[in-house]
Amino acid sequence: MATSEPLRSAIRLPRYVRDHEVHPPLDSPEYRSTALRHPKRELKLLPHLLTEVTSPLFGEDRIGDTDNDLTRQHDGEPQGQRIIVHGQVRDGDGRPVPHSLIEIWQANAGGRYRHTGDNWPCPLDPNFTGVGRTLTDAEGRYRFTTIQPGAYPWRNHDNAWRPAHIHFSLFGQAFTQRLVTQMYFPGDPLFFQDPIWNSIPDEKARERLVARFDYANTLPEWALAYEWDIVLRGQEPTPFESDEDDD
Amino acid sequence: MAGTTPSQTVGPYLHIGLPWPDGPFAVAEGSPGGIWIRGALYDGAGAPVPDGLIETWQADPDGRFAHDNDPRGAVARPGFRGFGRCPTDQNGEYAIYTLKPGPVPGAGDTPQAPHIDVSVFARGMLNRTVTRIYFPDELRANEADPVLSSIADAAERATLIAGATADGYRFDIRLQGENETVFFDI
Repeated sequence: MATSEPLRSAIRLPRYVRDHEVHPPLDSPEYRSTALRHPKRELKLLPHLLTEVTSPLFGEDRIGDTDNDLTRQHDGEPQGQRIIVHGQVRDGDGRPVPHSLIEIWQANAGGRYRHTGDNWPCPLDPNFTGVGRTLTDAEGRYRFTTIQPGAYPWRNHDNAWRPAHIHFSLFGQAFTQRLVTQMYFPGDPLFFQDPIWNSIPDEKARERLVARFDYANTLPEWALAYEWDIVLRGQEPTPFESDEDDD
Repeated sequence: MAGTTPSQTVGPYLHIGLPWPDGPFAVAEGSPGGIWIRGALYDGAGAPVPDGLIETWQADPDGRFAHDNDPRGAVARPGFRGFGRCPTDQNGEYAIYTLKPGPVPGAGDTPQAPHIDVSVFARGMLNRTVTRIYFPDELRANEADPVLSSIADAAERATLIAGATADGYRFDIRLQGENETVFFDI
């Protein structure tokens, strides 16, 4: 052994639920770009050991003053409908996920990203970058102020449009809980033709990506509001471990 | 138990949201013992993937984690984050600067060989894929490693072992096709 430290695992490790049925298959032919970007070999089972049940923990030093308010990152105000997007991050057992980094990015009100690869004929907004980050609070709650993003065209199929969405990236508290996803808006008429949305096999799981219009939290004469809770993987019930050795 | 939130792709515009200026530095630049892990991400046609993102997570050189689930805690080591993040460039290349991790406790008394957990994100990937980097100078530890040794095929195991380079290691990732990297059910 390469170290003098005893490597006895007197450590009781949580095990996380393998929730594969919830997620879209990596091979989703309707989303054409998946064709050459999905493994064809069967995935090998990775036990949940120390590397998998830990994760980086980020602090306030990663967050700038205006990072949770995408309408205040420039000298002027961005075009579009101001919205609050807020919610709670929990795990599958209902436990809040506190002090955890959330990153978001999105298109502007017209549906254009501030990205060199996005060239469709919709103007950029000099007052909108479309990038935010925040930490969840002690109860797992988060809150952003931003602009309602627009839908935009892409070339996946004839007359393809992405429904309006905000990209979310979450770390949770374990490598197993890492999640990158997209939040959608209720009643979007573009869902039917979107292969990314429809790649999620279970309709109920799909609906979990849709925020709820939240009239109670609108700010009068200022902003509409949406509430979107995010559920990261929960833990398996702890089995009784006969090989536990705590000295 | 509540259903979890499904994954969606990072899409083609991940670069505005995810890269950090200090992302590639899992340890502060210039740290003693610092190594570069470089590699490229390829698709099933062997073409580089220029719109991907590689994230790494690992133990410190003592095999410990600064996290509640590791009751030993970390050995104080200024500038060590253990997490690296790098978007792929036009040639599919990424680079992470870090310290080589130590052996990590496994289940029971079986230690795991030094390894780095890797998440791969890209346009065209509706969920991340997860793989592990092992080191070519850890032959005996690799042979005893419970995860590596659970992979029966030697050629498949070989896809998880980095190559040595002048300033660290090289670890290419092939999403599909000949020499497809082993990915894990996490």
